[in-house]
Amino acid sequence: MITKTVTNAAEAVKDVFSDSVLMFGGFGLCGIPENCIQALLQKDLHGLTCISNNAGVDDFGIGLMLKKRMVKKMISSYVGENAEFERQLLSGELEVDLIPQGTLAERIRAGGAGIPAFFTPAGVGTEVAEGKEIREFDGKMYLMEKGLIADFAFVKAWKGDTAGNLIFKGTARNFNPMMATAGKITIAEVEELVPAGQLDPNHIHTPGIYVQRIFQGEDYEKRIEQRTVSKG
Amino acid sequence: MLDKTQIAKRIAREVKNGQYINLGIGIPTLVANYIPDNLEVVLQSENGLLGIGPFPTEDKIDPDLINAGKQTITVVKGSALFNSADSFAMIRGGHVHLTILGAMEVSENGDIANWKIPGKMVKGMGGAMDLVASAENIIVAMQHCSKDGQSKLLKECSLPITGIKCVKKIVTDLAVLDVLPGGGFKLLERAPGVTVKEIISKTDGKLLVEGEIPEMVFD
Repeated sequence: MITKTVTNAAEAVKDVFSDSVLMFGGFGLCGIPENCIQALLQKDLHGLTCISNNAGVDDFGIGLMLKKRMVKKMISSYVGENAEFERQLLSGELEVDLIPQGTLAERIRAGGAGIPAFFTPAGVGTEVAEGKEIREFDGKMYLMEKGLIADFAFVKAWKGDTAGNLIFKGTARNFNPMMATAGKITIAEVEELVPAGQLDPNHIHTPGIYVQRIFQGEDYEKRIEQRTVSKG
Repeated sequence: MLDKTQIAKRIAREVKNGQYINLGIGIPTLVANYIPDNLEVVLQSENGLLGIGPFPTEDKIDPDLINAGKQTITVVKGSALFNSADSFAMIRGGHVHLTILGAMEVSENGDIANWKIPGKMVKGMGGAMDLVASAENIIVAMQHCSKDGQSKLLKECSLPITGIKCVKKIVTDLAVLDVLPGGGFKLLERAPGVTVKEIISKTDGKLLVEGEIPEMVFD
């Protein structure tokens, strides 16, 4: 088995460079690679293009990278929880590509699967369709969207093994599995890292072939955006 | 006039046995509370869950289990978890039967605008464009007029469009309306105490009124 283990987040992100394209798993703050984001914040990086469904909040997640002005461009579907993002965008400091969520997920899946482009009905007749090829199939209109890849993809899993196999938990899976396939270098941080052979192969969500580096993260905050409870 | 709870209650009557349903953020989320117990339906959350349960009690909160509105939730028996590409494959592939979402404007041919106010709001469309492009039935929950009194049921949307010719039904604080296949709103029901005349005066798009329009009844 090929061992993918690195000691910590700092080693995992050591060769991330300015002006690179990065993917970050997560939906809202659920399933984001907290340790890698912290390690990236310690580096002198700028001009980054970040592909992530959301942009974190002002004081957590990718929001911290925005605050440090490390990000040139965001590619996301929804950024509503981040005032600093909105400010930088409206003032023109930050470029943004807003993409329908399903299109974003499929573009990443396609990129990782070697599919250069595909047709989807999402966005037909809207400004999302501007400049894109429109084609009719069986009487319905579709627009062409291209696959996405990244220099580095950062994903967060629940459990992983030294061969890079990953298992996700709950709705923290979200964009992580597709992003793992679409990174030239995919870095996985996991809550529990075990020796190869200890995870049931039947339960693997992301096979280790997609993962170049893996480490066990620490001090997960797992911040909750909307704490909603019932009285029971 | 209906309050938000009553709008949700009225929409819940549209739910049919055996449906897989995606509920948007806001009033649509409330619909889940009023789906009759005798119906077997499954609620989809586009961040990767079929089978949304109620909010958790304090001791059951799991940060790894949220809905598309980022609220902590539980799962029901028989639920399934999956990634975002699978989630939108079931949406795009037409496997989700009913989508209920909010809107800023709906046009008489069923166009919907709900994602952007140029120069003001740039939150993004999230999954709304994928949902409205593919769901076979789309019901909109919204106020009939904006806060400054402008009709939100228009000839054409003035805001950037989320999807074209997709809305089938609208439930507002004043009325229930169908969007006719050939264009135009058809008034089906009016809210308690609201006159047909008021609805006509507050609907900018083409409005069809036929015969007596019944008043909605709530328990």
